[in-house]
Amino acid sequence: MQWEIVIGLEVHAQLSTQSKIFSGASIAYGAMPNTQACLVDLALPGVLPVLNRGAVERAIKFGLAIGAKINSPSIFARKNYFYPDLPKGYQISQYELPIVEGGDIRIQMGETEKQIRLTRAHLEEDAGKSLHEDFHSMSGIDLNRAGTPLLEIVSEPDMRSSTEAVAYAKTLHSLVRWIGICDGNMQEGSFRCDANVSVRPRGSETLGTRCEIKNLNSFRFLEKAIEFEAERQIEILEDGGCVRQETRLFDANKGETRTMRSKEDANDYRYFPDPDLLPVEIASDWIAQLQKTLPELPQTRRARYVSEFGLSAYDASVLTGSRELSDYFEATVKLLPAQAKLCANWIMGEISARLNKTDMDVVACPVAPETLAVLLSRIDDGTISGKAAKTVFDSLWQGEMEQQVDAIIDAKGLKQITDDSAIEQQIDDVLAANTQLVTDFRSGKEKAFNALVGQVMKATKGKANPAQVNAMLKKRLSD
Amino acid sequence: MLNDSLKQLAKRLAEKEVSSVELTTEFLKRINQLNPKYNAFITVDDEKSLEQARAADRKIAAGEAGPLTGIPVAQKDIFCTQGWLTTCGSKMLSNFVSPYDAGVIERFNAAGAVNVGKTNMDEFAMGSSNENSYYGPVKNPWGINAVPGGSSGGSACAVAARMAPAATGTDTGGSIRQPAAFCGISGIKPTYGTVSRYGMIAFASSLDQGGPMAKSAEDLALMLNVMTGFDARDSTSLQREAEDYTRDLEKPLLGLRIGLPKEYFAEGMHSDVEKAIEQALDEYRRLGAETLEVSLPNSPLSIPVYYVLAPAEASSNLSRFDGVRYGYRTEYYEDLRDMYRKTRGEGFGPEVKRRILIGTYVLSHGYYDAYYIQAQKVRRLIAQDFKQAFTQCDVIMGPTAPSVAFDLGEKSSDPVQMYLSDIYTSAASLAGLPGMSVPVGFGEKNRPVGLHIIGNYFSEASMLNAAHQYQQVTDWHQKMPGL
Amino acid sequence: MTLSIDDVKQIADLAYIKVDEDEAKAALAKLSDIFKLIETMQAVDTTGVTPMSHAQDLVQRLREDRVNESDQRELYQSIAPQVEAGLYLVPKVIE
Repeated sequence: MQWEIVIGLEVHAQLSTQSKIFSGASIAYGAMPNTQACLVDLALPGVLPVLNRGAVERAIKFGLAIGAKINSPSIFARKNYFYPDLPKGYQISQYELPIVEGGDIRIQMGETEKQIRLTRAHLEEDAGKSLHEDFHSMSGIDLNRAGTPLLEIVSEPDMRSSTEAVAYAKTLHSLVRWIGICDGNMQEGSFRCDANVSVRPRGSETLGTRCEIKNLNSFRFLEKAIEFEAERQIEILEDGGCVRQETRLFDANKGETRTMRSKEDANDYRYFPDPDLLPVEIASDWIAQLQKTLPELPQTRRARYVSEFGLSAYDASVLTGSRELSDYFEATVKLLPAQAKLCANWIMGEISARLNKTDMDVVACPVAPETLAVLLSRIDDGTISGKAAKTVFDSLWQGEMEQQVDAIIDAKGLKQITDDSAIEQQIDDVLAANTQLVTDFRSGKEKAFNALVGQVMKATKGKANPAQVNAMLKKRLSD
Repeated sequence: MLNDSLKQLAKRLAEKEVSSVELTTEFLKRINQLNPKYNAFITVDDEKSLEQARAADRKIAAGEAGPLTGIPVAQKDIFCTQGWLTTCGSKMLSNFVSPYDAGVIERFNAAGAVNVGKTNMDEFAMGSSNENSYYGPVKNPWGINAVPGGSSGGSACAVAARMAPAATGTDTGGSIRQPAAFCGISGIKPTYGTVSRYGMIAFASSLDQGGPMAKSAEDLALMLNVMTGFDARDSTSLQREAEDYTRDLEKPLLGLRIGLPKEYFAEGMHSDVEKAIEQALDEYRRLGAETLEVSLPNSPLSIPVYYVLAPAEASSNLSRFDGVRYGYRTEYYEDLRDMYRKTRGEGFGPEVKRRILIGTYVLSHGYYDAYYIQAQKVRRLIAQDFKQAFTQCDVIMGPTAPSVAFDLGEKSSDPVQMYLSDIYTSAASLAGLPGMSVPVGFGEKNRPVGLHIIGNYFSEASMLNAAHQYQQVTDWHQKMPGL
Repeated sequence: MTLSIDDVKQIADLAYIKVDEDEAKAALAKLSDIFKLIETMQAVDTTGVTPMSHAQDLVQRLREDRVNESDQRELYQSIAPQVEAGLYLVPKVIE
């Protein structure tokens, strides 16, 4: 039987506020245990939550960026369960009337675009951490993370492969960073994915029983976990079994998913509106004001790159993969508007390759967009060849000669010979020394022409403009 | 001096007739003498109190005294008090020395009041008789076999027995008003949101409200002036201009329209209570007020609604007591789950556990709509009844409780009977309205009767005015039990 | 609705409260009475009534995003049942 994989993602994006969602404690990463857990975070008797404006603002910005509805009023609810990293015995989250409802994300699969619908995005507080190092067979609880603001972004089950799921996660990751609501640091847990995976016979309209896989803190794990889980479910079904709905944990070392023991008892979370928090009203002028602070969004830029610069949809999506990369492109193309494709090729090619190789972010790129634009304009005006430009780029990357493009071209003698009379001289010499080739060409052997071009190029040590040589040689031989 | 009003005490302090240290010593002496019998206090710390008294004396000497500077006030053990054991009447917090002050405690400290001790209460404020305290029941100064009411029974007893000139209480369904009535003192639960809940250990967040307990309406007004005010740490705290609750005390009552809900003057009210209430209403008529019948048709449902909503919120509020970060932790356990279950099984008393179970049940899957949502809807109907009634009258009056204080043990084995002693008080709590109780005489076994006054939102000053004018022509509030 | 002893145990389980057989039995009798009282409100027609979650019809006030808490670990952990290396200790957590 042919199986179809159905995937929905729940992403927890940590919001880039200064303080926690309901208290004034810092959310800075890496502090000594429990030094950033205040009375509210520790759930002392009598303490109360007060909502952080910064968290609400970021959620609204996200809603605006995905074209969703911003609910007003929006309600906070308590999700009740016991766990030592959850000090109150309930998590303040949202159930009915989440702050963001609907909207969509467009992912680029090659040259085609696919729409992934979002169900909702709601605000909630993070839990603390249980440290399993052995303290006399006990666990240690660090509550620094408790109360950190999260936006839980829930998609519809619209993805059909691990590749699509990864593309969605990457697009979302780029978006939350793009609009400045989350730093996206996956190692530190600022962007965490849970995947709901089910399989069904291809063509079937009904959804299969799903399993939720937790703890996917890299795109690679997300991909591997989905693939493993889909295989596992298919195997069960093909053996005539039934998939059990459960929460599973991805074990990165084994590349497997397994049942999460702490989630085994069927939970009844007893959601109810938090009586300590009142309905949140979001005035339309606040929304309008936030709308103004939003930068041009990746999807808008993507469309513009296609229509304005004539780039392919694929190139446009690569260039808008991050705001930094896109800004780099924008800064370059602004100086060289007629050569957008050349700019795009260089940024996606040479620049990206170098950055990858050195594990560097584009903001730290040693070659500034202005410098790159000068270099590319030298290709454009015929001063140097594309090949020579790569040599110049090497020097620029190394920071040689104060990154003066023209000085480097001169010093390395990379300037193309474009002077007609100089080329004419070389052509004369080559034709004189290669009479056989000339004869061959005249008798109809086209290959001989290419050999003659090669000889001229060789004689100019590659500095002649090949197109120019070609044209002039053709003219001479047809005389 | 023990029977002095707060104003009289402040005058003695201002005129240097007595120092705060002397005054505090006097009340501490009385506490140490009477508390073994009445069990009104869980914690008394002479040295801590005297330290505050010395600071108050310095303030008085420097001419910086306010109306409550140097005056001893007993604090219900539900208010977190830095450096003091704060138990909430529970074994669960029997070792909890609070690392911070509640908003209310901060306000009393800033006013220079002296904390003379933490008063006994029903565990986590759940109870109407003070028999649910881990620290044992409080006795009623008007009869050693009678309950003082609850949950603020310790505070009511402390004021009635003149162990403190005034005290704080909290009221979720009647926990200030009912013990005030049972002990023959005055008490007011102001409009929800006027007293900060920060640091007041939560029972049912949408109902809990702190308030003062004292001998007279005038004393309550002075206490409210200190206790109320915006607190940014409590999202439900109201941002309002500060008001002087004494401002209307002296107004005549001529033309005051008193609404008498027909549902309250019906079956259920004991005849001794009814007699005292009718006499009080006569007094009001003599003072120029008029009485008229109003109706609160849904208020008989306030007890069932209350016993869905309060336990639901409580079941969640009390989940933080798990033996991990503070408080009681069971001694022997097998694993994490066992530690939780034993800690909570041993740390909570039977009534608290009962209410957690009720609350857990009504919130659980499949019952939420039928119980919790239905209760919230009826809650709105109850609030709307009051809105309608207040188009006809200025204040509502009736009995605070159906009977005078019952005997210890009389209802402790029958929770439903116990719950029904809040039948008249819980409706105002559900609506968030201010309610108060003032002593208006004695019923059976010479036990006090309280008149319940319910006002519209933010009408505390008018309610206090009504109570004060009554207290100008009667002396029930000055009656002291023979101890 | 009639509660059974198993219901009581199940609710207690959900509430993480250990109850023994006798306690469960005693609780059952009392809870049944209480639910009889509670159920009197279910007859009320509440069609079209908006549930009332709060005592006042107000909206949430928002706090400015500022850090105003400092490290108080020593004070806060002085009242903890068991701590080590700045961590709260609990019986082993299994994921």
